[in-house]
Amino acid sequence: MPTVSVGRDRLFQLLGNDYTQEEFEALCFDFGIELDDVTTETAVIRKQNHQDNEEVGEDEEVIYKIEVPANRYDLLCLEGLARALRIYLGKDGIPVYRLSNIKRENLTKIHVKPETALVRPFVVCAILRGITFDEARYDSFIDLQDKLHQNICRKRSLVAIGTHDLDTIQGPFSYEAQSPEQIKFVPLKQVRSFTADELMEYYKTDNKLKAFLHIIKNSPVYPVIYDSNRTVLSLPPIINGAHSAISLQTRNVFIECTATDLTKAKIVLNMMVTMFSEYCQEKFEVEPVAVVHSDGSTSIYPDLSITNMKVDLSDISGSIGVSLPEQEVIHLLKKMQLQTEESLSQSGKSSIIVSIPPTRSDILHPRDVMEDVAIAYGYNNIPKSKPKCLTTGGWQPLNRFSDKIRAEVSRAGYLEVLTWILCSHEENFSMLKRVDAGNAVIIANPRSSEFQVVRNSLMSGLLKTLRHNKDHAKPIKIFEVGDVVIIDESNDVGAANNRRLAALYCNVYSGFEEIMGLVERIMTIVAKPHARSTEHYYEPSNLAEFFPNRQCSIGFKGKKIGNFGIVHPEVLSEFKIQDPCSFLEIDIQSLL
Amino acid sequence: MDPAKAAENTILEHLQSHDEIPDSQKFAASSGFDHGVVENVIKSLCGSRTIEANEIKEERWALTDEGKSYVDSGSPEVQFFRALPSEGEILMKDLEKKLDPTVYKVGPSAAIVNKWVTMRKEKREVPGSTKPETIVYVSRKINGVEDKVKDLLQKIEAGEAVDEKDVDALKRRKLVILQTWRGYSIRKGPEYVLVREKTATDLTREHIQRGDWKQLKFKEYNLSAQVQPIQIGYVQPLLEVKEEIQNIFLQMGFEEMPTNNYVESSFWNFDALFQPQQHPARDSHDTFFLKVPSTTKQLPEDYLERVKQVHQSGGYGSKGYEYDWKREEAEKNLLRTHTTAVSTRMLYKLAQQKSFVPKRYFSIDRVFRNEAVDRTHLAEFHQIEGLICDRGLSLGDLLGVLEDFFSRLGMTKLRFKPAYNPYTEPSMEIFSYHDGLKKWVEVGNSGMFRPEMLLPMGLPEDVNVIAWGLSLERPTMILYGIDNIRDLFGHKVDFDVIKNNPLCRLGLQ
Repeated sequence: MPTVSVGRDRLFQLLGNDYTQEEFEALCFDFGIELDDVTTETAVIRKQNHQDNEEVGEDEEVIYKIEVPANRYDLLCLEGLARALRIYLGKDGIPVYRLSNIKRENLTKIHVKPETALVRPFVVCAILRGITFDEARYDSFIDLQDKLHQNICRKRSLVAIGTHDLDTIQGPFSYEAQSPEQIKFVPLKQVRSFTADELMEYYKTDNKLKAFLHIIKNSPVYPVIYDSNRTVLSLPPIINGAHSAISLQTRNVFIECTATDLTKAKIVLNMMVTMFSEYCQEKFEVEPVAVVHSDGSTSIYPDLSITNMKVDLSDISGSIGVSLPEQEVIHLLKKMQLQTEESLSQSGKSSIIVSIPPTRSDILHPRDVMEDVAIAYGYNNIPKSKPKCLTTGGWQPLNRFSDKIRAEVSRAGYLEVLTWILCSHEENFSMLKRVDAGNAVIIANPRSSEFQVVRNSLMSGLLKTLRHNKDHAKPIKIFEVGDVVIIDESNDVGAANNRRLAALYCNVYSGFEEIMGLVERIMTIVAKPHARSTEHYYEPSNLAEFFPNRQCSIGFKGKKIGNFGIVHPEVLSEFKIQDPCSFLEIDIQSLL
Repeated sequence: MDPAKAAENTILEHLQSHDEIPDSQKFAASSGFDHGVVENVIKSLCGSRTIEANEIKEERWALTDEGKSYVDSGSPEVQFFRALPSEGEILMKDLEKKLDPTVYKVGPSAAIVNKWVTMRKEKREVPGSTKPETIVYVSRKINGVEDKVKDLLQKIEAGEAVDEKDVDALKRRKLVILQTWRGYSIRKGPEYVLVREKTATDLTREHIQRGDWKQLKFKEYNLSAQVQPIQIGYVQPLLEVKEEIQNIFLQMGFEEMPTNNYVESSFWNFDALFQPQQHPARDSHDTFFLKVPSTTKQLPEDYLERVKQVHQSGGYGSKGYEYDWKREEAEKNLLRTHTTAVSTRMLYKLAQQKSFVPKRYFSIDRVFRNEAVDRTHLAEFHQIEGLICDRGLSLGDLLGVLEDFFSRLGMTKLRFKPAYNPYTEPSMEIFSYHDGLKKWVEVGNSGMFRPEMLLPMGLPEDVNVIAWGLSLERPTMILYGIDNIRDLFGHKVDFDVIKNNPLCRLGLQ
């Protein structure tokens, strides 16, 4: 869940109410956001610099860190958050976002060159005219771009936003793709000009920008936006030019979003303009830009149109479990920024037409509308009911069988342990004197060496557990029932679990007979009624993890289902165990 | 007679006519018993309250072996003095042959310090050598000497008081050392008798055969003594809690799902759940992808096509995510990040049946997250999941089921917060008021599966699925007051934690 930092006092001022923290938390809870942390500007800086917490000055501005749902991009800045809460509280109506009335031929244009298809095919733009920034608004404007980049833009890979002081550049613009050495400009925060390939080298050590280089690095051409004087606006998704940088004094803002995903680019552009057109001379008015495609066709952005969705009232009431009259549904939806335009009744089913504003890109289905009704009604006000369906409970036979085996082994005096499925490659193989024969599942992206392999035997888990308890009074008798995973081409995913029992005996002597006694006990109790009890047999085995001539395999109905023996001293030494051990591992799935 | 019995008789007889035995050591020495035997008798007599004993512990000087040897034959300086003729000189070399080596080594210097003897040195030419040889003569300086050292050693051996300065000198000569002395002072106890009745400690087979248990007096048990631990087997605490939660589901009519498939395809783990391919959870930072086997080859083609359509362009009343859906992404294998992958397979199977039947399903099994490991997070944990699939289920039904389920876990005060989850709509976080922590804590997630997830499977339109999930570890840690997950799960768990864990009382209310 993304977190948005907003100044408390400024938020409360916008909400027109001075809440106590508890009151505000209660409001958040009902609305579905969460006050995650309360801090101050200097505390944040101190934390970044790893300094200890000092006294917080009384006059420092308190910052609220608020967690918002991951699909609500319209709540990623103070403006949107305050707007949504004011509407929820009934203090405001639903704003109408509109395009300024400009003749088509007078629109600012951006021409898209066909080469951009090779690297970053889409661009959408808009202009905010007559905007007034102050420090807080400006910071929020920059922060929202950051938040969008982190979330819906997937770290700029899907969409990258560039904002420019329109008065420093001259349309029409062009969106091109050129080879890196052809692109040369002074990037933001620099004084000299770089070619694009120089920049890619230069930013390798930049803590923030190095994360985005991979997006275009291997492309033969890089995307670039020029104005009509060939001034570089930006090298998306890496950096803007210094020339068109916005400042507190900027009055007219040109916004461009380049993308590999057009749907998301449109959403991102809509978020930028719906949030900040609030500060324009004409509130909530946005000047569109014509994108002229390489085939000559033109699209006008942003698309601020309202989508209509027909929703059955009975679906809403039925899915929530509360009978709600139409008027109440309409009232509740209004609190969630959803205007209900008309109602109609068809064949006894009454439904409503819900207008979805451009800010609510999260609404995909009437179910999302139903959710908003439920939130506005209050989840905690919905009467609780019991599902009426009659069903019977039941176990998975394998799990029930495993529980019975577990009970039997603990009755035999063994202590149950529970170890991890993931282990290091050497724990699963070389430390057990085994070789990787390709029948184990291997992790492609382990975060640490602890998680390289999915175990294909329970042995290393038990030995590791023993190592951590080796000073415990002897004899030590431990066991585990759990799954291992084996490569299995016959299964759809190419691997399958196998349920195993493993037991380990450790004392001043090996305890081979103890372990063999346990095997015999298990084989006795798993016999099915009327089956011959001599279905299992022991045969000498020759496995590297066991001591030579002190090991055997367990055969059952002609199939080898397990092994036991005295653990090889070299294996013990790998696990830093000084006392002799006997170990058993058996496939209990085939005994079911 | 048995020395213990003899010692017991002697002690009891002595106490008949005396108030006290002040020092068991002395008593043992004077009556010829080993003090070890006397000590055991005292303990036994105390047990039957025949006597009362106070332990006396003090540090006392005792003789070293060397010290002991001088008690009999005199101190080395005196032995040395006595070896000298009463008149005239003697060659030192001649004395060496006469005397014990220690006496010869230590005696002369001490005798000189005491000014008992004098030495005279004479140089003599050695034929064939340039160096002259020194020869030493000794003679008595006084007529007779007193053996003070021997007297002191005798006194210490007898336990008498000795001047501190003298002890110091003996200590430096390593003739005495400090020893901790332990003994008892003994008085009559409340149950004092001259002859103790014979008591038995245990009821034996012989007692029963002979029938003498009727006459025998049995020794009283000391119930405050430490209890001998018994040799038994033990169940892992986390799995015990798991079993109780399984029981709760079974009582509520839920059927267990087969979750023994850790390797899953992205298709069943994400795509089929209407989780878009660019969703952050599908990042390598969150999910374990596989090198071997890297992809899934078999996917249900018709269903896959419907899933692709609903992602790309919507349908079933949805506008979809409007992006270019890629099969390669869906084929990528991973370790399942939630058991909902199994729920999805189960619901798909259910949808393929000829006529719809309502189901309640549950599972508790391992899931995997490629996250940093800390005190509360592991790369693998157990997910508890419950779901109900039926026509016309409502959010009110979900609230009702959650109330029922969580109250069985001892959580009766619940609150629900709107949340976001890609495959449930609406989604609710479940909070429970914790009386110990005095605050609301998040205990699980829940919601109704999205139509975009259910309808492509082929489930009827009026079928809803309400579901919830939580981890097994978190409630267990709260239940047992454990603050580090590695103390509960994994190879670093202490056997004593497993052995001493109390019964899980869930379901006993």
